[in-house]
Amino acid sequence: MSFAWAKQYEPQTALTKWLDEKLPLPRLVYNAVGAGYPVPRNLNYMWNFGVLAGFFLVVQIVTGVVLAMHYAANQAVAFGTVEHIMRNVNYGWMLRYAHANGASFFFIVIYLHIFRGFFYSSYKAPREMIWLLGVVIFLLMMATAFMGYVLPWGQMSFWGAQVITGLFSAIPLVGEPLQVWLLGGFAPDNAALNRFFSLHFLLPFVIAGVVILHIWALHIPGSSNPTGVEVKQESDTVPFHPYYTAKDGFGLGVILILFTAMVFFLPNALGHPDNYIEANPLSTPAHIVPEWYFWPFYAILRAFTGDLSIPFTGIVLIPAKLLGVIAMFGSILLWFILPWLDKSPVRSGHYRPMFRKFFWFGLIPCMIALFICGGAPAEEPYVVISQIATAYYFLHFLVILPIISQIEVPKPLPFSITEAVLGGAAPGGTSGGGKINPEGVVGGLPGTATDGSLQPAE
Amino acid sequence: MATNTAATTEVSAAEEGVRRRDWIHIAALGTAGVGGASLLFPLVSQMAPSADVLAASTTEVDVGAIQPGQSIKASFRKQPLFVKRLTAEEIAKAKADDGASMRDPAKLADRTKAGHEDVLVTMGVCTHLGCVPLGAAEGENKGEFGGYFCPCHGSHYDVAGRIRKGPAPLNLQVPEYEFTSDTVIRVG
Repeated sequence: MSFAWAKQYEPQTALTKWLDEKLPLPRLVYNAVGAGYPVPRNLNYMWNFGVLAGFFLVVQIVTGVVLAMHYAANQAVAFGTVEHIMRNVNYGWMLRYAHANGASFFFIVIYLHIFRGFFYSSYKAPREMIWLLGVVIFLLMMATAFMGYVLPWGQMSFWGAQVITGLFSAIPLVGEPLQVWLLGGFAPDNAALNRFFSLHFLLPFVIAGVVILHIWALHIPGSSNPTGVEVKQESDTVPFHPYYTAKDGFGLGVILILFTAMVFFLPNALGHPDNYIEANPLSTPAHIVPEWYFWPFYAILRAFTGDLSIPFTGIVLIPAKLLGVIAMFGSILLWFILPWLDKSPVRSGHYRPMFRKFFWFGLIPCMIALFICGGAPAEEPYVVISQIATAYYFLHFLVILPIISQIEVPKPLPFSITEAVLGGAAPGGTSGGGKINPEGVVGGLPGTATDGSLQPAE
Repeated sequence: MATNTAATTEVSAAEEGVRRRDWIHIAALGTAGVGGASLLFPLVSQMAPSADVLAASTTEVDVGAIQPGQSIKASFRKQPLFVKRLTAEEIAKAKADDGASMRDPAKLADRTKAGHEDVLVTMGVCTHLGCVPLGAAEGENKGEFGGYFCPCHGSHYDVAGRIRKGPAPLNLQVPEYEFTSDTVIRVG
């Protein structure tokens, strides 16, 4: 499960010795995020976001449990209890703003974590299971965030619930009964609000459980690294503690500055003013948009404006509404097969010239375009832009990635992580690494590779 | 020695084949399985609309005061209900369009009650994703076909509430209703 040179936990005091025999919990922590977990020495700051995501999960659970003490999930009083939290409860305003912005920050760090995975191909063998569990966590997060947004029972809450459960009505035959079953009524009402509250409370703990599986699966092959070359020797690694606890601690400090700046100075910047109007089933807001973190997927949903039909016959194969729903769910579900779409043996984008071009000039602009279109009203030019971007999105994963993984000539890889960090001059066996900046120069060290062949992981 | 080996072979052969004890395993697991699966039914069923929600399923609306060209919004099953009294021009326009190419073809006559051709009763729920279309109140955008327009994703309905443009798959739903007198309808 770990490398042979991993440090072993040695209880020092009588108490920890006693505990280690009965329930070796400190040993588990030591091996998971302590000195007992050897980690590649060259991780850059993109490797901070897993720990930061875990931090924001804890923030959401703590603030959420506290908010639930003051909130009532009843359609008659829900909106009022949120205002009660804002005005009457001690520090209620701060806890609620921390929870609302905490969701946004959770998604910010998760998106950076996912894009780290895209660029450095963290999904490739032997780490497919970590990636699959990560996609499950992301889907659970989306469900949790959606249901949480319904709870204040404002206009956006209500109409968001209506539109998102309406997605299920697109399914042939069972769609409409399914929507009625999900809502417990013919429109969002008390039954829907109450069950969303129950599930919004439950799902974070399910996420925490899958996170434990995610970390467990990570500790079998160990962390990936920016070169994509697997760990070969002790000098390639440093212990997680203190090296990465310190580095993650620094990253945490930076993100907390940004987070507190949002909570205290721009608490509503990421929300919608319409959600401070109580839900009204008879009036739809003029411009319904989901929260910003759903915009790219919402743009894909809205990109399908025409039915898929047999030309000149008028026979509709798939109606536009169902096409949009399939594409929106498909855009995330296709991440489940990503490890088998990208067959290139080279992991890191630094050594893949064609992949890197399509990543920076294809996927990233495409995601930005989808993001902007998802937040914009359903009118031109946004509809056409979102159609082009949606087409590229699917093309990128289903066609471009498999093709470039076949035809691309990768750059020569360094022999080892140590060589990539220290340059070709370093002997293979230096231990520790405390004096050397673990940042190092990871990519594009011209001429450092001893030969051009791809080094298999050992 | 030889008999011993033969006996062992016989026992192992018997274990691979059908044994009397298999029946107990199948019966026990089968009973537990059916019992466990039947527990799912109440857990799934509890999420369906409860009796009080289903009970609130008829609504009476007085349509007598609606002037030609005017619409009112009522509430049916906690969803908006549009009642519109069409003008003579709107009826003519809707009838003229009866044969036009539509996603969900329907005639005006099929969407109104005999003797009350000027009263159009529809759900105010866009068939795309459930927003409330505009056009029922004074001054709202009625869309390109003079009926209803859904602002969420841009579906245009004509004067008879039929989908003419945009992503919605079906016409605005006409709920079951009947005239209990000349001026009152009961929906549901």
